[in-house]
Amino acid sequence: MMGDATAPRRLMVDRETKPKLPPYLKLRHDAGRDRWVLLAPERVLTPDQTAVAVLQLCDGEQTVTEIAAKLAKEYSAPVDVIAADIVELLQDLADKGYVKG
Amino acid sequence: MTEELQANAHVQTVTVDDEPTTGVEGANDITAELCALAPIGLLAELTHRCPLQCGYCSNPIELERVANELTTEEWCDVMRQAGEMGILQIHLSGGEPCARKDLEEIVSTASEAGLYTNLITAAVTLKRERLEGLVKRGLDHVQISFQDVDPENAERIGGYPGATQKKLDVAGWVTEMGVPLTVNAPIHRKNIQSVPAYVDLAIKLGAQRLEIAHAQYYGWAYLNRAALIPTYEDTLASIEFIEEARERLKGILTIDMVVPDYYAKRPKPCMGGWAKGFMNITPAGKVLPCHAAESIPELEFDNVKTRKLRDIWMDGSAFNAFRGTSWMKEPCRSCAFKNIDYGGCRCQAMAMTGDPRNTDPACALSPYHAEMVNFAKEETAKPPTEFLYRNPRNAADVLKAKEETLLPAE
Repeated sequence: MMGDATAPRRLMVDRETKPKLPPYLKLRHDAGRDRWVLLAPERVLTPDQTAVAVLQLCDGEQTVTEIAAKLAKEYSAPVDVIAADIVELLQDLADKGYVKG
Repeated sequence: MTEELQANAHVQTVTVDDEPTTGVEGANDITAELCALAPIGLLAELTHRCPLQCGYCSNPIELERVANELTTEEWCDVMRQAGEMGILQIHLSGGEPCARKDLEEIVSTASEAGLYTNLITAAVTLKRERLEGLVKRGLDHVQISFQDVDPENAERIGGYPGATQKKLDVAGWVTEMGVPLTVNAPIHRKNIQSVPAYVDLAIKLGAQRLEIAHAQYYGWAYLNRAALIPTYEDTLASIEFIEEARERLKGILTIDMVVPDYYAKRPKPCMGGWAKGFMNITPAGKVLPCHAAESIPELEFDNVKTRKLRDIWMDGSAFNAFRGTSWMKEPCRSCAFKNIDYGGCRCQAMAMTGDPRNTDPACALSPYHAEMVNFAKEETAKPPTEFLYRNPRNAADVLKAKEETLLPAE
């Protein structure tokens, strides 16, 4: 039946996910505006400082737990709160096709 | 506004669409911040030459001659200026951008200038080696139009035999090379039944994005609108299908939808507001606030040959003509939605009411609204008709006929 094609599945992000950015996403510091931008097909995303810190660690090798541990140390914040925040952030980006597992 | 454009705690999203009417769309504060000193999107119409002849094309009837096209160096200079002034994305379009033999140099320069480069192509003339070369030079994203999913109908609509297989080949190479692919689906009466099949096609091809772009009636499409407007029922069904598919395909396929406004109650926020975040350059170098702006006779356009892009953006008279809200007449002036839809589309107001300052007839508050809706309902009640193919010969005929009607009555 038409409209029923299934192919790649939706990524459900959890603490074991090893997130990475697809190669076509460009995380770039925009000097003129003095802010970070994430460039994607016909989209400009504006990550805040926290999102930039997370995205820079999404290398496909570290798990969400490991990323959370690093950031918890850096920002002296509770690791559990940070991990939950990262899962939410990455799930949102994954649903837009901008984070892969 | 789609769900995607709502603010996330840490990341906001702004669309920088190539569609002539969408432009830049996102939450007001972040869009205003990004576009304070420069637009974030630039549509570069490199040429009006095109191997296809689609009657839904929104290019002007009067197609630009090859001899008037900007030179390689002029386009490269545009790319450098765009990067310096803070433009973030460039849409290389046309006509068919691949008709320019110097596309490679333009892509290289755009990429070196830091621009995210989108190639908007019909793909029928694009060879694998050429695509590889463009990707090496920094091409970031390829968008391929499919005139229908059914090959026979697609080839009839585009007037190009064998088009579908060529497009499928190119789409396969794009994804193989790890470059994101957008499937562009230009929707009108002759293919609206294929909306579900387009979703399947996009998934099968491994596309990152699908653009369900209901025809917007400018240029050739305006000329052909009687043949192109889909029925109200088909329009609604297609929108409902896409809304459901979007939810079902979260994380698998991004679906953008440009909806037809002849059946709307509220006008579209055309371009995300006049001269707010987007600019357009014609093959001859004229700088426009939107794709169809040349249809407004009172406007004068600067050319990149004689003025810097940034000056044009900040001070160009055509850009300032309908920026903000002070140009508005009633009912826009006192309307609660004036900073949401900006009174709709200036070109549509011009085409249907003769005054670009009037409310877009797509708005239910426009005195011309009923006329617009009736036109759509009357045309769609009739059996389907053929559209006029977009090609230089038909352009000459249409322009000649127009001149004749303008002769004084005596």
